[in-house]
Order: sequence, then C-alpha cells, then structure tokens
Amino acid sequence: MADYTKPLPMPDPLTKTFWDSVKAHAMQLQKCGDCQKFIYYPRAVCPYCGSRNLAWKPVSGRGKLYGFTINMGKHPSTAPFSADAPYVIALVELDEGPRLMTNLVGIDPDPTKIKVGMDVVVHYDDVTEQISLAKFKPV
Amino acid sequence: MANNIAGKVAIVGVAESDQIGIVPDRSVIQLHAEAAHNALSEAGLTTRDVDGIFTAGVSPMETAEYLGIVPKFMDGTAVGGSSFVIHVGHAAMAIAAGLCSVALITHGESGRSRIGIGGFPQGAQTIRGQFEAPFGLPSPVGAYAMACSRHMAQYGTTSEHLAQIAVSTRGWASLNPKAMYRDPLTIEDVLKSRMISWPFHLLDCCLVTDAGGAIVLTSLERARDLKTHPVVVLGRGESIDHSNISQMHDFTSGPAKVSGKLAFDMAGVRPDELDLAMIYDSFTYTVLMTAEDLGLCKPGEGGAFFAKGRTAPGGVFPVNTNGGGLSYTHPGMYGVFTIIESTRQLRHDYQDQGIRQVKDAKLAVAHGTGGVLSSAGTVILGRA
Ligand SMILES: [Zn+2]
Repeated sequence: MADYTKPLPMPDPLTKTFWDSVKAHAMQLQKCGDCQKFIYYPRAVCPYCGSRNLAWKPVSGRGKLYGFTINMGKHPSTAPFSADAPYVIALVELDEGPRLMTNLVGIDPDPTKIKVGMDVVVHYDDVTEQISLAKFKPV
Repeated sequence: MANNIAGKVAIVGVAESDQIGIVPDRSVIQLHAEAAHNALSEAGLTTRDVDGIFTAGVSPMETAEYLGIVPKFMDGTAVGGSSFVIHVGHAAMAIAAGLCSVALITHGESGRSRIGIGGFPQGAQTIRGQFEAPFGLPSPVGAYAMACSRHMAQYGTTSEHLAQIAVSTRGWASLNPKAMYRDPLTIEDVLKSRMISWPFHLLDCCLVTDAGGAIVLTSLERARDLKTHPVVVLGRGESIDHSNISQMHDFTSGPAKVSGKLAFDMAGVRPDELDLAMIYDSFTYTVLMTAEDLGLCKPGEGGAFFAKGRTAPGGVFPVNTNGGGLSYTHPGMYGVFTIIESTRQLRHDYQDQGIRQVKDAKLAVAHGTGGVLSSAGTVILGRA
C-alpha cells in the first residue's frame, strides 16, 4: 500500500467526517434537517434548499449505476492509472438520492455486461493506511 | 420583446489567427493578437478604436496591455469553451447600454504545441481533487463519455448515430481549406477507430490544435459605415448546470436548455426558422445532446436528427459548416469559431464556393459548451 501512486484526496475540516466514515467501512453523508435530502459531496449549505441545518447520517451503500465509461488505454490526464486499463469509472445513484463518482469493480470492463440501471453495492477499498475509497460492485 | 439589446448591435469583423492547426512558432498571446488584428482589419478598424475588451484563458489585463488598449468596459468571464459565445452577449449588452462603442473579443490557445500556456493546478483538497480525481476519469473525454452512456441506455442512441455526426462534419471540413482533416470519412471508419473511453472512439473526439480567433462588434448604426456586411445579434443566453460531471443534474440534458430558451425568446425566433446551426462539438455526443436542448429536435431524437447526412453538405439542416472541432480546429475552448463561421455564412462570404455556402442564409444559432457539459452560451444571429 505504501507504493500507491494514484491521486488521493486530502480531506478538509468539513469533509473529514465523510472520509473517516469510509475508512471505517460505514459511509455517512450529510442530511438536510429542513428538506430531508441527503447531500454529496459534503457542503456548508444545502444545495437543494439553502439550509445550514445539516447532520451526518449513515447510508445503505446500495444504489444503481447512473452512467459509466471505460478508460481503454493510456490517457495523459490519467497517467497514474494506465496500468489498470481498461477500467470502469462510474456514477452511482445511492438509494438515498445522491450520486457519487466511483469505480465499478468485480465485473469485466465489458460494455455488453455492464448495464446502466444495474443494482450495485459499496465495496470499500483501503488504498493506503490513511485513505479508503468507496468503490461499487454489482449486487 | 422587453429588452434593449436585440437587433441593436452587429458583428463587423471575424478572423482566425494567421495560421491555425499546428502552429509551433506562436505563443498563446500572439495568437490572441493576430486574430484581433485580422478581425479589426476586416472591419476597417484598429486597436485604437477599441474601448471594450472581452477574453478568457488570458486575462483582459494581459490582452489589453499587449494590444495597447485602455478599455472602458471589460469582461473576463472564463467558463471554458462557451466563454467567447457568452462574451458576444455581454458585448451586445455593453454596446446597447452605451458603455463602450467597439468591443473586441479575443481567443488564442496553443493546445497542441503548448507555447506560452499557464498550468492547471488540481489540488488534492479541492472538490475535484477529493471526490473525482481518485477514480481516474480521463479528462475531459471520460466525462462526456459517461454522460453519453446514459443517453444510449435511456433513448437507444447508438454508436452509429454518433459516428454519423463525425461523418457529416467531415463532409463540411472537406470544403474548408483551413480544416485540419479533409479526407472523406465513413461511419465504418469511425467505428473501427481506436476506443478511447467507451463509448467514444478516437473519431468521436475533437482535434487538439493551435489557433486564435477574434470578433469585433459595434452598434448596428455604426456598422453600416464599416467595410463588412453587418450580422446582427438578435438574442443571447447563458447558464451553468454544474462544474464537476458527478454533479450534472441529468446526463441527457444540460445548460443549453436554459441558454437556448433565453436566446430564442429574446430573438423571437423558433428553431425551425433557422438556416444553420453552429454547435460546439468537443465530442459527437456534445452536438447530439445540445441539438436536443436547443429544441432543434425532441429529447431522445438526436440520433434521428443527424441520421442519413441530414446535417451534412446538401442536407436539409446544415450543422457545423466549417468542419467543427471534430475536423476543422479545436484548440481547447472552441466557442469563438461558432461565431466566426455563423458570421461568414450570414454575410454570404462563400457564395462563389458552391454548396459550402448555405443558400440565402439569414438566421443562425451559435452555441458554446464549456467545462464538462457544464456551461452554455447561445447566440442567435441574423443577416442585416
Ligand atoms: Zn435542504
């Protein structure tokens, strides 16, 4: 894990709660106490109603594939990932509502097998001692 | 039409830099300056006449200093490739309000040769650094590809539909001596080209070039005394949907829906009255989604709209008649070229060049997209 060379997030004081929850394999997101919507990524103000009445709540880790692409080769903007190609980058819509950028794992990177709308579940990937990433796999 | 803009301001000069394509001996700011000089010359004006400056990529400060302009009005709105289309609307407003008299919009990018460009820091503590960068999405191609996957699943849009857009655009490029790629292209060629980021093949993607572009505007009243046939700004609109692709509200529809409606409403023009459309084509899907958002066809019907060469030379609805970002030039923020080509078509500059000239062209839409389907600028232009 010490030789992990891909971009890693640097949590800030607000987002640290999210990153800590992923590291604990128990993802939490902010929920708005006024409009009752879950929010991702973490913010200071609710993007749906403008409230600051936000609290951290656990989420199910279940959702559906909203869209995806398969990086097929070496692209200059993703050079640290070149050895992984082809790999799937996906947007997942959680059952609670928000959408997350992620990787789809546990399935061939084959567009005939991956279906928009398919059910997925979180798969925590402990990429370093400090950081875990929430990836998703088919149910 | 409750506004003070529509029909009052004209485009009087448009130009590229001296050369476009692969220009390894010009810096970014040189490309700005060359295009500015060429566009002003066309109108019979000089930098001495300019009192409004609009630019993105390079700041208005640097551009004004370099050209020796002391502006009374300036705008550095920088929201990616749509910026220069948005500047046309802002310039029209400024001139109509009497805040400046001659507006100069400049663009220049060394996208391919990388001469004199700034950096793009991607801090690990930014929103993108924390919530997108760790997952390896190739930028910008992956963002557009990911959005496209949803349109395909929702509406049955196919790779053949996307390929037809590249083929039709190449048809127009074959008529443009300045276009980088001019050889005929088939749907099979596109589908057989290397897969970059599924569902996009290499030929679904725009070029990467060096180029500059500039636009000069003034009041319609003053334009009548200048050298060129005026092209009037009839309507304008702008909007933003998101910055990061993960925050896009709907992968099948974007900010063009807002900017387009604003522009068409201000102009009092319906999409079916247009003679041509110049639509930002960073990728084939960009054009397809935007055509739907602008109301050129219904949601989900983009595939049929571009099918069978309907937008190619000789087709019923000409789109991207310069050959677009897919085949003519795309230095990174292509939007300025949608205005340049619309203006030339509406002036009938190509009337001795056969089917390259859209016959009796009187009304055009020029649309810019910026970021990752993030920002939009729409302008409706008319032949005075
Ligand atoms: Zn709320």
